Amino acid sequence: MASLKIVNGRVYDPANGIDGETRDICITDGRITASAPAGAKTVDAQGMVVMPGGVDIHCHIAGPKVNLARKLQPEDHRHDVHPRTAFTRSGTGGTVPSTFATGYRYATMGYTTAMEAAVTPIGARHTLEELHDTPVIDKGFYVLLGNNVLLHQLLKDGKRDELREAVAWWVNATHAYTIKLVNPGGDEAWKGRRNSVVTDLDDKSDVFGVSPREIISALVQVANELGLPHPAHIHCNNLGHSGNYTTTLETMRAAGDQRVHITHIQFHSYGGEPGKNPTSKATEISAYINEHPNVSADVGQVMFGKSTIMTADAPIAYMLRRLGKDKRWVNADTEFESGCGIIPFAYQEHIYTHALQWAIGLELFLHSKDPWRMVLSTDHPNGGSFMSYPKLIRLLMDRQFRDEQIKLVNKKAIKNTTLLDGLDREYTLNEIAIVTRAGPARLLGLKNKGHLGEGADADITIYEEDPDKEKMFSAPRYVIKSGELIIEDHEFRADHEGRVLHVAPKFDSQIEKIIRPFFESYYSVRFENYAVADRYLRHGEKIPTASPVAAE
Amino acid sequence: MSETMLLIAGRSSKQGTSLNVGKLKDEYRDVTSTVEMNALDMERLGLKEGDKVRLRSPIGETVVHCKPRKPEDLPAGMLFIAYGPPSSQLMAGDTAGTGMPISKNFRVEVLRETS
Amino acid sequence: MAEAAKEAVKTAPENTKLVENATCTFCGCVCDDMNLTVDLDNHRITKAQNACVLGRAWFTEHKLEKRPFALIDGKEATTAEGVEVAAQILANAKFPITYGLSDTTCEAQRQAVAIADMIGGCLDTTTSVCHGPSGIAFEGVGESTASLGEIKNRADLVVFWGGNPAEAHPRLFTRYALMPKGMFVPNGKKDRTAVLIDVRRTASTPVADIFIQIKPGKDFEVLWALRALVKGRKIGADIEEETGVKLEVLEDLVQRMKSCRFGAFLFGMGLTMTRGRHFNSGALLALASDLNAFTHFVAKPVRGHGNVTGADNVVSWSTGFPFGMSFARGYPRFNPGEFTTVDTLSRGDADAALIIASDPASNFPKAAIEHLKRIPTILLDPRESVTGQIAKVAFTTATYGINTTGTVYRMDDVPITLRPAFESPYPSDEEVLIAIKNRVRELLAEQHRLGSPKVAQKVA
Repeated sequence: MASLKIVNGRVYDPANGIDGETRDICITDGRITASAPAGAKTVDAQGMVVMPGGVDIHCHIAGPKVNLARKLQPEDHRHDVHPRTAFTRSGTGGTVPSTFATGYRYATMGYTTAMEAAVTPIGARHTLEELHDTPVIDKGFYVLLGNNVLLHQLLKDGKRDELREAVAWWVNATHAYTIKLVNPGGDEAWKGRRNSVVTDLDDKSDVFGVSPREIISALVQVANELGLPHPAHIHCNNLGHSGNYTTTLETMRAAGDQRVHITHIQFHSYGGEPGKNPTSKATEISAYINEHPNVSADVGQVMFGKSTIMTADAPIAYMLRRLGKDKRWVNADTEFESGCGIIPFAYQEHIYTHALQWAIGLELFLHSKDPWRMVLSTDHPNGGSFMSYPKLIRLLMDRQFRDEQIKLVNKKAIKNTTLLDGLDREYTLNEIAIVTRAGPARLLGLKNKGHLGEGADADITIYEEDPDKEKMFSAPRYVIKSGELIIEDHEFRADHEGRVLHVAPKFDSQIEKIIRPFFESYYSVRFENYAVADRYLRHGEKIPTASPVAAE
Repeated sequence: MSETMLLIAGRSSKQGTSLNVGKLKDEYRDVTSTVEMNALDMERLGLKEGDKVRLRSPIGETVVHCKPRKPEDLPAGMLFIAYGPPSSQLMAGDTAGTGMPISKNFRVEVLRETS
Repeated sequence: MAEAAKEAVKTAPENTKLVENATCTFCGCVCDDMNLTVDLDNHRITKAQNACVLGRAWFTEHKLEKRPFALIDGKEATTAEGVEVAAQILANAKFPITYGLSDTTCEAQRQAVAIADMIGGCLDTTTSVCHGPSGIAFEGVGESTASLGEIKNRADLVVFWGGNPAEAHPRLFTRYALMPKGMFVPNGKKDRTAVLIDVRRTASTPVADIFIQIKPGKDFEVLWALRALVKGRKIGADIEEETGVKLEVLEDLVQRMKSCRFGAFLFGMGLTMTRGRHFNSGALLALASDLNAFTHFVAKPVRGHGNVTGADNVVSWSTGFPFGMSFARGYPRFNPGEFTTVDTLSRGDADAALIIASDPASNFPKAAIEHLKRIPTILLDPRESVTGQIAKVAFTTATYGINTTGTVYRMDDVPITLRPAFESPYPSDEEVLIAIKNRVRELLAEQHRLGSPKVAQKVA
């Protein structure tokens, strides 16, 4: 449809300072406009809340690692079927839904953009194929470069310019959105040193001679030099280990005053001694972020119930395997680039560590002074499924509900947090709109998303107001994507193919003179067959990079 | 003369190349109707290279011709054939709930084919 | 196509082109370093540099043959006529099955999934008679694995189990796992120990440093004994009577596995096609996972056809399940043994079959073949085959990787884009399937308007 008008709804558009005003929203040709022509279809949003479509800044929904996790758990799918309709394909759910179900279910949550958080360069083609089969939402992905062997070699040799050009080459070759670091510098010990683990940021690999700190520092700088709209996105070293909050602080310090994004930071906010029970350092982590405007984070909230651990951090997945009842474990190494670990998992209220993790996530939300820089996420599906977002929203908005839930979990864990120390805060609808829409869109540098101003993409969600916020956010009445009414009166009316958001920083093609020989010596595929052709983007949208910032 | 042996149906290089020449062509037919047998077994059964034998399973039977293999390569009582229409005639459709029929190490009767 | 079918081959063809970095899709090695010399006048490949003997045959034998675009009941027809008949069969079937898919592109596979979803049919791939059992084992155990480049660059111990790479995957030895020099294996084979385990000696045996011969059907017992030894349990010497393998040999193997730097199992049909099936694969996968308590160890099923891994991936991401599934209730269900093709045919469940890039009438058990002859079968295949002889509708399509581009996945899940060598007048599998899909959609919509009882779960 070409034009649409939403009337009588209470609008939450934090980016434009609109906090619950009753306003009309007009849509023409997929964008928000000042007015709509006379015959435009009208949606009466009386008694409803109108927000921009949700933006998931970090989830695992498409690619080789996700598909392994999908194949691993047929029992998960069996219990959560997704029947086809007149407009939509069938699928299966659970914590790792099939691609069609993923897209439709995000839409059902009122989300219209989601970013796949970790893709190996050699697997980028696969991710793009899966994204093509992920309907409705706009999407993109972050390319794993923190354990890239050639980049390590360039860094070791002090070839700083070549490092920057190579990073830009890789981002272009894969059509990625930004660069991702996972357990930087940790891969070689795992693959090449009998499953050893790197714990010290200054531990220089005896093979490649660079330390995690050096990698982090360099790549954070490079991402900003390249003008990427979203900075280096980092899964810190020592995820999950007691006492790891110091690693997290050091990682943030390594970025200096450069833009950096620390992902699922809850998993990186633990005190206590290695090998012993963790405690909460959410207050310290929050304080650092509050004081450093260059740092942003997403929470990585744990939600009780079934999850799937799927991560490029292969060592931690192996370690976690010993803890759960389900002994299945997948490990997949990718030559010179990365690895991955997958285990089925479940978080349980009575288990100390799980309850602590849940509480720390809530602490991070409640201590956050700047919701624009502490985004809502569960690191789907590691902390829990994205389908649990409505429940999480209720926990943030409804103190009474939160208190009731706190009573149900391991008491010792709660005592080790500040949750009962007068943390009465209740998120407002405005703040929810920030942490689920406006904030992530801004952090991603998506100027046309996360807000309802003129020129924005017409990605809009309309929720029926309800005192039960979980109910409210579970089932929007209307979802509009690119100006098309996809969900109307809670039902799908149409299918839609979203766009792949990607960046193309400039690079000097001379860098291929360095990259090609590396391929010829070591890789198992030809250099000429490695970069992904444009056609895999299908419907792509290139997001501009800022002017390059000169390296110091 | 009839004896029970274990049949393995598998790939061979010649099967792979002749498959490309054409599934309905002579080369492929020839490759998939050649059964390799332990040379000492062949001697004992009075078989020469190229002799026809009938392989029979509870499912069906097929006539193929035999080729000797050194005993140290193919143990006594074992047969190898490149899989194709002849070996299919011997395969049971029961997959024991797995989707996979047994095509290796299953019992067949080996009979001399005189005609 | 003109009488050029007579193919007067020019002795010195003037019109050739070189296609570099093309991909061979004959086996699961999916080697992407093929340099093809193409005789454009005679529409064929005359040379395939870097190809193994199987790849050479694949490339040079896929010439352009003069064949009808389609056959309906054995009579020549156009593709469009074939599409109409095929769509009618599928839209009216009560238990349609779709099978094959391992020798075509992911783009075509996606269309097959869409059709099966629409008609509420079964969807299965050649995986079910290849490494399906390993897929079932994966669901129960998981898998520690790696891309082939990791094995090439790191593995100092490689164990080939139940396979004969010299004859089925030659470049697994030469390009990926045995011979090549790597970053941490600079002397290639000299830096590696190769172990080969099988019930008989094959052409692969000579390359192994250690050959272990097992009694047929005893792989599980050997694997389980190895698991026990790895975990420090005692195994009696009577293991030799049971399996044909001496205890000392097993103990020696365990020692090597535990002390290597990076070990890899590469396993084949010797485990999946014999007594035990998924239990055999599962035991091997579990052993590889167990060994990670001591060192870095991976396992990789060696896949047969060029894009069977692509089929696994496409079906998994689209439905949640890798093979052996059904859309009959309006959503995906998975049940090997119930929805897998040998079973739906052998039991006589299927009342129509869509076979894509596969030849089940050649290789399936007898009962399955007999049933395939009884039901209307639709086939898409570039070449003549036994299934083509019994099909009600047979489409001649272009050969993937030789005539068409598209995406394929190597056995280690690495996705590669095909570079075609020469054009074909025949449509690609993807084009034919799209045409069938669109016509089926129309027919189902009509049925809905006519209130057909079959329609309850059909998509409009």
